[in-house]
Amino acid sequence: MINKKTDLEFLKQKSLDIRCDVLAMLEEAGSGHTGGSLSLVEILVSLYYCKLNHDPENPSWGERDRFILSKGHGCPTLYAILADFGYFPKNELMTLRKYGSCLQGHPEKGIRGIEASTGSLGQGLSISIGMALSARLDGRENRVYCILGDGETNEGQVWESAMTAAHYKLDNIIVMLDHNKLQIDGPVNEVKNLEPFEEKWRSFGWKVKRCNGHDFQELLDALDWADSIKGHPAIIIADTVKGKGVSFMENDNRWHGVTPTKEELGKALEELKGK
Amino acid sequence: MKPTRDGFGEALLELGEKDERVVVLSADLTESVRAGAFKAKFPKRFFNFGISEQDMMSAAAGFALEGKIPFATTFGVFASGRAWDQIRTSIAYMNLNVNIIGSHGGITVGPDGATHQALEDYALMRVLPNMSVVVPCDFYEAKKATEAAASYPGPVYLRLTRNKVPFLTSLDDDFQIGKARVFREGKDLTIVASGQMVHISLKAADILKEEGISAGVINLHTIKPLDRDAILKAARETGAILTVEEHQVFGGMGSAIAELISENEPVLIKFLGIRDRFGRSGESDILLEAFGLTSESIVKEAKELIKKKQS
Repeated sequence: MINKKTDLEFLKQKSLDIRCDVLAMLEEAGSGHTGGSLSLVEILVSLYYCKLNHDPENPSWGERDRFILSKGHGCPTLYAILADFGYFPKNELMTLRKYGSCLQGHPEKGIRGIEASTGSLGQGLSISIGMALSARLDGRENRVYCILGDGETNEGQVWESAMTAAHYKLDNIIVMLDHNKLQIDGPVNEVKNLEPFEEKWRSFGWKVKRCNGHDFQELLDALDWADSIKGHPAIIIADTVKGKGVSFMENDNRWHGVTPTKEELGKALEELKGK
Repeated sequence: MKPTRDGFGEALLELGEKDERVVVLSADLTESVRAGAFKAKFPKRFFNFGISEQDMMSAAAGFALEGKIPFATTFGVFASGRAWDQIRTSIAYMNLNVNIIGSHGGITVGPDGATHQALEDYALMRVLPNMSVVVPCDFYEAKKATEAAASYPGPVYLRLTRNKVPFLTSLDDDFQIGKARVFREGKDLTIVASGQMVHISLKAADILKEEGISAGVINLHTIKPLDRDAILKAARETGAILTVEEHQVFGGMGSAIAELISENEPVLIKFLGIRDRFGRSGESDILLEAFGLTSESIVKEAKELIKKKQS
């Protein structure tokens, strides 16, 4: 199992490194989801370096916490973190989305460290429910962490599964919602209004906490809070910025499915490393 | 006579006793799909998802990822249609051992009408990589198919009937997914059928025999993977194939056979099934007649096929 690190400076530096990897991967791939990968960085770093019980040397260790990236298009960030832990060699990152690479455009079961194939939105929480009910049947203590996007909650299946998780009182499920407030066609609340969003989850039987999704102290506090919840599933709605970290990408939905050119990559890395 | 869903229900109970990994998922149709006995005996391994087929299918994938053997149960029309993308992405793409139960298949669902009659499920399921499609012809075959599906690698779609169908097999018979059962050898043509079309086809073969026509009958309980050898042998030996299915002719069992023989052993083929239309309300027998799925229709098509073969 990994040694968990909660040193905030370490986590910040790690996030910076991961952002640089993600941007380089996306530039090399020439396609992919830049904005929603960058908004996820601190959420995923807090999970993988501070919270999840996982073992890169034994990815199928029975007692590990499960992790499902339901918003599969954010996978460049997940791949970069998995490579950092040695789930696969780091040089594979630059093969992202290329024919012959194991790193598919969306997460695929079979990539070392990936629990389930996702990418068609709305299915990850349901998969998590099957895993959480199995853990309960087997008497295992592990948790199932699932990351949803905010636009993803347009999918009806998300609300089917929200009802199911509450019905079965699955307090071993923790959802982190990357609330970056943009989807392909524009601001989420202009495409289809989600508000009142917290109340929706509460009324479905969930315990809800809101936090700044780029602030490690808030993220870690929220994850500890989620551990303390009994008898209900818990959701952390993490307010994030799409394209976070690169000024010309932030809060601009044109960067949803566009990748940087070589020149833009240079500018972005300069900005990130100058910080 | 018993519905094939009853065979499933019995086998499910036995599997539950034998193997603790077996879990059953329901979408509010527990008694209809005959999962009630399992629920009563193994309440901890039974999960109702309510009327949420999409959630149920992806959750079944989660169970399978954890080494469980899930049976996800609902009507065929909702399993194959409502939750198709969940089956594609969460189940088939990962090649998981999820057993998908499509009960109340075909037009013989009867009075509920078109919304509840699965007539597209073979096509929707067989097009998916890794998926197997099994349609037992009677109660005992349904029992054996259920048992076989539990240990068969990858996902299996099992289509069952609501209505009672005659016994054609016994508990002692061999059953293997992917291995067709030749009920009768013929010389003039071969009728290939699945599900409850098998007993109707056997009756048609009897009528044809009286008229001096030798018709073989193959019980194609597995639509995918196809038993290539059995079908190509029949094509080679009889030179004419008549397919009979309680399903749209477009994309169904007949299409699967046409794909195989046109590439490998091109012979005359005719398709009997539902022709590009939705079902109607009515009693099963009346519907089978109204939609031309009777032994008389089979006899008529068989004769036309033979006439074509001789000309």
